[in-house]
Amino acid sequence: MSASPVVPALRDRPAGRQPAPVSAVPSWLRFFTSELRLVFYRPRNIALLGVLAFIPLAIGVLFKLTVNNAAAGAPPFFNQVAGNGVFLSLAVLVLMLSLFLPLAICVVAGDAVAGEASHGTLRGLLTVPAGRTRLLAVKFSAVVVFALAACILVVGVALLVGVILFPVGQVTLLSGTTVPLADGLFRVLIVALYASVGMAAIGAVALAASTLTVHPVGAIAAALVFVLASEIADAVPQLSAMHPFLVSHFWLSWDGLFRTPVDLSGVEHGLLSFVLYIVIFVAIAWARLTSADITS
Amino acid sequence: MSSPASPEEVAFGRSGSHWDAVPLDDAARRSTSAVGPWTETSGAATASSAYAIASSGLTKQFRSGQLAVDGVDLAVPAGCVYGFLGPNGSGKTTTIRMLLGLITPTSGSHAMLGFPMPGGLADALPRVGSLVEGPAFHPHLSGAENLARLDAADRTADRRTVDERIDAALDRVGLLAAADKHYRAYSLGMKQRLAIATSLLRRRELVILDEPTNGLDPQGTREVRALIRKIAADGTTVFVSSHLLAEVEQVCTHVGVMATGKLVFQGTLEQLRGGQPGRVLIRTPQPELAAKILGGLGLAGVQESGNEVSAELGDMRPEEVCERLVLGGVPVAGLETPRRSLEDEFVHLTGEGFDVG
Ligand SMILES: Nc1ncnc2c1ncn2[C@@H]1O[C@H](COP(=O)(O)OP(=O)(O)OP(=O)(O)O)[C@@H](O)[C@H]1O
Ligand SMILES: [Mg+2]
Repeated sequence: MSASPVVPALRDRPAGRQPAPVSAVPSWLRFFTSELRLVFYRPRNIALLGVLAFIPLAIGVLFKLTVNNAAAGAPPFFNQVAGNGVFLSLAVLVLMLSLFLPLAICVVAGDAVAGEASHGTLRGLLTVPAGRTRLLAVKFSAVVVFALAACILVVGVALLVGVILFPVGQVTLLSGTTVPLADGLFRVLIVALYASVGMAAIGAVALAASTLTVHPVGAIAAALVFVLASEIADAVPQLSAMHPFLVSHFWLSWDGLFRTPVDLSGVEHGLLSFVLYIVIFVAIAWARLTSADITS
Repeated sequence: MSSPASPEEVAFGRSGSHWDAVPLDDAARRSTSAVGPWTETSGAATASSAYAIASSGLTKQFRSGQLAVDGVDLAVPAGCVYGFLGPNGSGKTTTIRMLLGLITPTSGSHAMLGFPMPGGLADALPRVGSLVEGPAFHPHLSGAENLARLDAADRTADRRTVDERIDAALDRVGLLAAADKHYRAYSLGMKQRLAIATSLLRRRELVILDEPTNGLDPQGTREVRALIRKIAADGTTVFVSSHLLAEVEQVCTHVGVMATGKLVFQGTLEQLRGGQPGRVLIRTPQPELAAKILGGLGLAGVQESGNEVSAELGDMRPEEVCERLVLGGVPVAGLETPRRSLEDEFVHLTGEGFDVG
């Protein structure tokens, strides 16, 4: 804040109508920036991102130590890591998309509204007035940015660690053909973006939970239970009829990107599922937040 | 809790559209609420109204069944300092939450600055500064950052002047020196001051403060009163709630008194003072005789206790009463016309009870 030597008294300001916003920056962008600062400067969230950055490093070291133990039943990409460090990023994503990434998103999104409610800052924002719909739009946008940041961070650190610990070169796809390194990296980037959308979907679920309670821990726990229940159901073959409707079902369905010819069907189904989840749960959050009595 | 108040309670000076303390019967009250002051201005597109706040039959029943606010007809004239009084749990905060659109009334309607609610919330709220139920901020942000956050949420705020406005608001509440301290390191009084500062971030037409002196030391309480005077001197209407009459009586021009969810009095301070008929109190060794004579004079509310007798004076002069008593053979040892303090008035309106529901 500027240390203005002369503090103008409000009384001396011209009376009358409030000045219209004449700033070059649109007001929603200002609100959004403020929300991003709140999310990314918050010590807990910084710690969360720190943990997310550390895990790929730990996984990388673990892979390095067990480099000779290629296993037949290993998930895709695991056995390729020793040959090409780029695959570490994909192996790390496979490992982290099941728990650590959804957990981080649930913490931030579950806290988004319930945290403000429990601090009592929600009533402050609404009497500004921030606008309930506008507040929700800003909150969800920040969750999406956090999901993107988390996925990019994880993939970025994994790529770095992969480059340092393992040989790097042309990328051999699952179908056996080889593509240039840049092409391989581009595909990894697409996977990171795809995973972000998947995480945004669980973010929408957690955000909806966040509007239903004033206890952030409750919202976070509820969203996590949702994720775990979905993953458990996804692992039960008898429930295969409901698998396509589970939020976690398509989180790993991007391996088609590493085949020739590229098979987009998994990614397409996944995006459709994510968008549906986002639409439904953001709508629930909106219906709830715009009608709720704020008594906290 | 939700049982209807006794007739004396409701009949006492509860007024809808005019500033009188004349007892109204139920039918009259209903008719005044039906043509509450808000009807003149509802639908107006601009913020020009004789009433900064006007409500009609504002009612909130929580899902628990609790009738927290029951048919409140507020009429807060523009430019006044309105003390919104009531004991703990009487529904002050709930009323304020409804005014600000935080909770939806079960029934009733209201307008702020001439904007009918809830449609006019987005137009009215930028002109309204408010503090609801104590300070609430992000603990890991500084005071100034917390204010900046709220200002950033305001789509009508001017970004270019934000630093000066924050400094000015903090300066007005005496927090400028602690502007960059983390909120969690603030003392209770500092937190309260920061909360008041949020309502001063911009020029306001109406400031609603819910118990602004909560947790302040006597010095801080005086400063808040001085601040309220200053805000009011700018032409801003101030609506300040408190459970202590003494705290606001020095600054208020008008008062509304809540008791168990009902607005049991609304009027000017003078009307609150003069609203009750004066009483006469006689000390005499022969109280029975005195009581009989007072009754014979047509005085209401004759009460005897020990060697004291009291009655409502009505329009009779005290010297006249004394003369009649002496003529009737009552040895008058003393005669007083105790003036009820505002505090007594307040307690009379809200009841002595300690239990809250
Ligand atoms: N969310 C809620 N659910 C159920 N009842 C509530 C809720 N909030 C308040 N109440 C009840 O409504 C009544 C009025 O509460 P309110 O907070 O408006 O009182 P108040 O006048 O502000 O009291 P205080 O001086 O203690 O702040 C109380 O009896 C309270 O128990
Ligand atoms: Mg209260």
